[in-house]
This record gives sequence, C-alpha cells and structure tokens, in this order.
Amino acid sequence: MPDAVITVESLSKSYLLGHRTGEQARYNHTLRDVIAREAHNFTRKAIDVFRGRQVVQGDEVEEFWALKNVSFEVKEGEVLGIIGRNGAGKSTLLKILSRITEPTNGRVVLQGRVASLLEVGTGFHPELTGRENIFLNGGVLGMTQREIRKKFDEIVSFAEVERFLDTPVKRYSSGMYVRLAFAVAAHLEPEILIIDEVLAVGDAEFQKKCLGKMDEVSRREGRTVLFVSHNMGAIASLCPNVIWLDHASLRGHGATRPIIDEYLAHKINLEPVVQLNRISRPHYFQDDRLRLESLEWLSSLPLRHGEPIKARIHFKTRASVADVGIGIGFSTLEGRRLLTYETDFPDGLRTSIPHPGVHSVDIEIDSLPLAPDVYDLDVGCRSGDSHPLDYIPSAISLEVIPGPNTPGHIVRKDAGVRLACKWDWKCKKK
Amino acid sequence: MQHVIVIEAGRRERNYWLDLWRYRELFRVLAWRDLSVRYKQTVIGVLWALIRPLLTMLVLTIIFGQIARLPSDGTAPYPLMVFAGILPWTFFSTGLSEASNSLINNANLISKVYFPRLIVPTATVVVALVDFLISFSILILMMAWYQYLPGWQILVLPVFVLLAFLASIGPALWITALNVKYRDFRYVIPFIVQFGLYVSPVGFSSSVVPEQWRLLYSLNPMVGVIDGFRWCILGGQRGLYAPGLAMSIGVTAFFLWFGIRRFRTMEKSFADLI
Repeated sequence: MPDAVITVESLSKSYLLGHRTGEQARYNHTLRDVIAREAHNFTRKAIDVFRGRQVVQGDEVEEFWALKNVSFEVKEGEVLGIIGRNGAGKSTLLKILSRITEPTNGRVVLQGRVASLLEVGTGFHPELTGRENIFLNGGVLGMTQREIRKKFDEIVSFAEVERFLDTPVKRYSSGMYVRLAFAVAAHLEPEILIIDEVLAVGDAEFQKKCLGKMDEVSRREGRTVLFVSHNMGAIASLCPNVIWLDHASLRGHGATRPIIDEYLAHKINLEPVVQLNRISRPHYFQDDRLRLESLEWLSSLPLRHGEPIKARIHFKTRASVADVGIGIGFSTLEGRRLLTYETDFPDGLRTSIPHPGVHSVDIEIDSLPLAPDVYDLDVGCRSGDSHPLDYIPSAISLEVIPGPNTPGHIVRKDAGVRLACKWDWKCKKK
Repeated sequence: MQHVIVIEAGRRERNYWLDLWRYRELFRVLAWRDLSVRYKQTVIGVLWALIRPLLTMLVLTIIFGQIARLPSDGTAPYPLMVFAGILPWTFFSTGLSEASNSLINNANLISKVYFPRLIVPTATVVVALVDFLISFSILILMMAWYQYLPGWQILVLPVFVLLAFLASIGPALWITALNVKYRDFRYVIPFIVQFGLYVSPVGFSSSVVPEQWRLLYSLNPMVGVIDGFRWCILGGQRGLYAPGLAMSIGVTAFFLWFGIRRFRTMEKSFADLI
C-alpha cells in the first residue's frame, strides 16, 4: 500500500471579520452620530496599528472559522475531489496546502513538490504577448525556463493560439485567454497538483479536453491530484474518492458516488432568504460599487414547475451606478445554463441608481418552465451591456418539484425546460 | 531526492534562504516582466529615463548653482556635480517607490501562488537599476562635453551602487509589508521622495554643511552614497569624509536588518490581508 503523500492533521484557520452595528440605519444618521462613530473607529484602528494588529473595518470584530479541525490523508497517485457549498472552506484548505496562507492550528505534511492552480492565468500580464505570458506564467507556477522552452510547442498547440502568439493577451478573446492559461498549467510536472474550480470558465469542448488532460496526468503519470469543483459530473468521472466540507468541517470522506448523492440531497436550499453577501465569489470584479446582498423568496418553496414565482433581490450600492441590469439563471449541476431571466430583456429595462444605499428589485415569473430536478441558481448584475459588477454562479441549489399541471406519469428527475404552447388536434370523429 | 514540506502555524521556514535561491528563476521572470511592461504604450518609451534626470539636473543647477551661487566640489563644473548626485538619488527613489508598492501591485500573485515574498520587492529594483544605467549614458556624454576625465576612483563606483541599492531596499521592505496591512503608507512614499531630494545633497555639495553638523547629517544614508558617487565620478575632488560614510553604512545596515526582520514576521499573513 502506497504511503500518504498528503497528511492533514486537525487543521483550522480563523479570520477576523468586522461588522457595522445598525447597518440599516446607517444612511440617516445625524452628522454628530457619524462623527462620534468615526472617531471611535479611528481610535480603535489607531490602537490596532500601534499594537501591530490587523485593521478591521466596522464596529464589532468577530472571529470566523473558515476551517475547523479537518484531518485526512491522501495516498500517492490518488485523485481526491473536494466538494462543498460556497464558503464551506474548500478554497481556504487549498490555500493552506499551497502555502499561500498559514493555518491557525494543526499541521500538514506534504511529500513532494506542489503546484497549485487556484486561478486560471495567475500573473498573466495584459500588455505582454501570448509568447511572453507563457514564460511568465510558467515561471510563476514554478517551471524553469528550460522546461518551458522544451514544452513550448506542446503548450501552444494544446491552447490552439498559434496565430496570436505575438499579440498582447489583452486583445485575446476570453476563450483564448483561458485556453492559453490552462495549457501552461496542464504542462506542469509536480508530484502533487492542486486545482481549484478553474474549469468553470471556458467552452464545453475545451473543458472536455482539460478534463482529459487531467485524467491523463493522474492515471498515466501517477501524480496525486486534489480537485475542487462544483461540477459533479467532472468530480464523478475524475475522482474515485472525495471529501465533503460543510461549514468549515469535514462532513464526509470516501467513495465518490454515495457522498455526492448525500451532498446533493443536503445542498438543496429551502431557506426563504438567501444571504448572497456571505457567499464568496469565484472572482471579484474591479468595479465594486454594487454588491448583491440577499435573495428573498416571496412565493413558497420548494419551487413548483408551471407555477408562478416571486422573489426580491436586495443589493447595496456604494456610489452612483448607471444602467444597472440584474439577472438570475438556472443551471444544471454540471454548470450548463438552462434558463436566464434579465431585467433588460426584452424591454431594455435598466435603471440608474444615483444614491448609495440598500435597494431591491422584484422579479415575477408567471409560470416556471423548469422541469422537476435539482438546479443551481446563478445571480449577477452588470452596468450597461457588458460591464460586470457582481456575479455569483451556483449561489444555491434548488429543487423544482412537479406542479399541479405537470404530467404525473413522467419520471421526476427529468431536467430541462417544459413550456406551454398551442397544440391543435386533428382527430377523426368516427 | 524527496522533498518534504511541513505546514504549521508560526513555523519558521528553516531553509528560507535556500528557498529564495531555488526561486531565483522567478526573480528573473518578474524583473523581466517589470522591465518589458515599464514603457509599453508610451510614445517616447525609454527616453523618459533620460528626460527626467536631465530636467531635474537643469532645475537644480539653476536654483542652487546660479541663483543661490553655492560652491561646487573643487573645480568640477556645477551641472556635472549635480548630475553625479541625481544618478544615485533617482536610483534610490525609484527603487524605494517601486519596491514599496510592489506587494500591492502583485496582489493577485500573492493571493494565488506560493513563493518567498522577498522576491517581489527585490525584483523591482532591477527596473531602477536599468533606468540608472540608461541615465548613466548621459553622464558619460556630459563628461565628454566638459572634457572631464575620471580618476581611478571610478572603479569603486559599483560598491556605492550596491550601497544605494541596500539603502533603498531596507526601508522599502518594511514599508511594503506595512502597506499590505495599512494602505496609509502608500501616501508616505511620495512625500519621503520629494522631501528627501532637498534634505539630501543632490542639488548642492555636502561641503556646504557646517563641519560640526556633518556627522549628524550623515544619519541620512543617502549622504554617504551621494558623497561616494561624487568622489568616484569627479575623481576625488574632495576627499571622502570617513566618519560620515561609516555612519551612513551603519544606518543602512540597521534599516536592512530591521526591514528584513519586519518583512519576515509579516510575510505569512500577506495573503490574508492583501
């Protein structure tokens, strides 16, 4: 039996979080209140600086455990999937294993060189050409220049960007960018490879190619791989074993199928208010004037096929934002979008929000066309047609159950969209 | 050889310096990136490295040499003496400001990949060094114009370049680490640089400082560096003031030790705070 390559012993990590008290009343305080509070905050921060502590914004400081007492082992050549909701501690675990951040308690022993891919194209510089970025990114990920030169042609042909090698990557389409970035990473040769949700981007065909490459890396070359994904299909096909993190703790560890089933059953969200601000985003956009705060179901849960839905999305702005468009989408658990609703379709209904504060928008769907199954809900907003503000893919999972008019004889799990239309029967009458 | 990595809270890397050496390739890559990006999408590109010191030299020569009529070092032409001061000063100030902002500018790297963080601020100094070499060509032209021949002392110049590098990296390490935690320090640097130009002997010779204050004045590490540069370039027009130089080296060494120490203690929390 091969030895453990990764040993994790009671690993914990805590962060400090700041809160503002009386958040709602914040915008109609008198000037005197504001000055008093700011003065109080300033004193606290000054003391923090003096003692060399972390500066935390807000009135109250709370300790938050991102990871609590997690232990497991990974054997050589094993491909281990890591599943869990957003904010369950997956990314924190990977960051500790990649030595980016230090644990608060506990211990990890890694046997071998580690390469981690927590983001596609880490260190890519937009001004540099594709060729230059291959060398830059390779260097950042720990390849020597000689290794990169040796694999250069392979990387380029995997990425399919031959024609654009000498174009700055800022002129690349997002698909080309992702392909190039993944191609560099796919040619790393460490003993332990750590991969975070990087396949969520890129087109389906390329995703398939990447999964194939990863499978090859682990199976043929005997590398140990840790793989985080929300894509249950990818997890099931790549990883014989998974660990399931839930609320910072280890909830399950073992063969993939049963754990995924249990996880999916557990993941379905039935809470009437979904706190979107608590969910970590896969990427934060540079423009952070607007943050999605929460999603409140005004109609009852679970959602029913063919029935009306009402919901309210609360969001907060820090400054004036023009032409805001908000949308929600339903995706399969494999991450393929099935259904999208946006405020600006079809009437171009966007709105400008001149004042900072907490606002909301109501959505009303007359008849939910989704067939009964489990779906992920994505929420996002943008300014104008293409300027992203905030985006939370797979914010929660929801189950859609058959409505009163759903044909009863159809098997319950039958994802897709089932819509009404006009039918005209022409039957012979005797 | 099997590589074993142990991760624990508060664990001091035993082979930190060895790790730094292993990552030398990354140092090269980052320095090369900063260099190739520096003058992208500018019209006159690298000429900026020539124009800035040249204009500063002109202004300082007019203010201190023409208007205030301060004396030069021995028989050296005033513009030449000023330029011999601007060279190390620009090197120092560019290095200091680039390195101080380096961690924040590379936030995406810090939060996504592991490497000894010391690489980031030190790699930026390469950019300052290249700018320095480019403006050094102006000095050569000026010396040809004034038909001024340097003495054997010019051979010692690399020592003072190294001293200028150490003088900038020490405080820069401290400030860049603080910058991650408290963004206030971003506003401190431009101030230090602006202020420093006038309290360091850039536009004038340090010989105008009264004798009894010379040692105290050398607490500014750049005094030793600039004096050293002038001694090398102007061929020892004025002897080196040894106690002052020793004092500047001492202050530089202290800041270097202090900067590295502070940087190392804060390094582990960078990814959480940035």
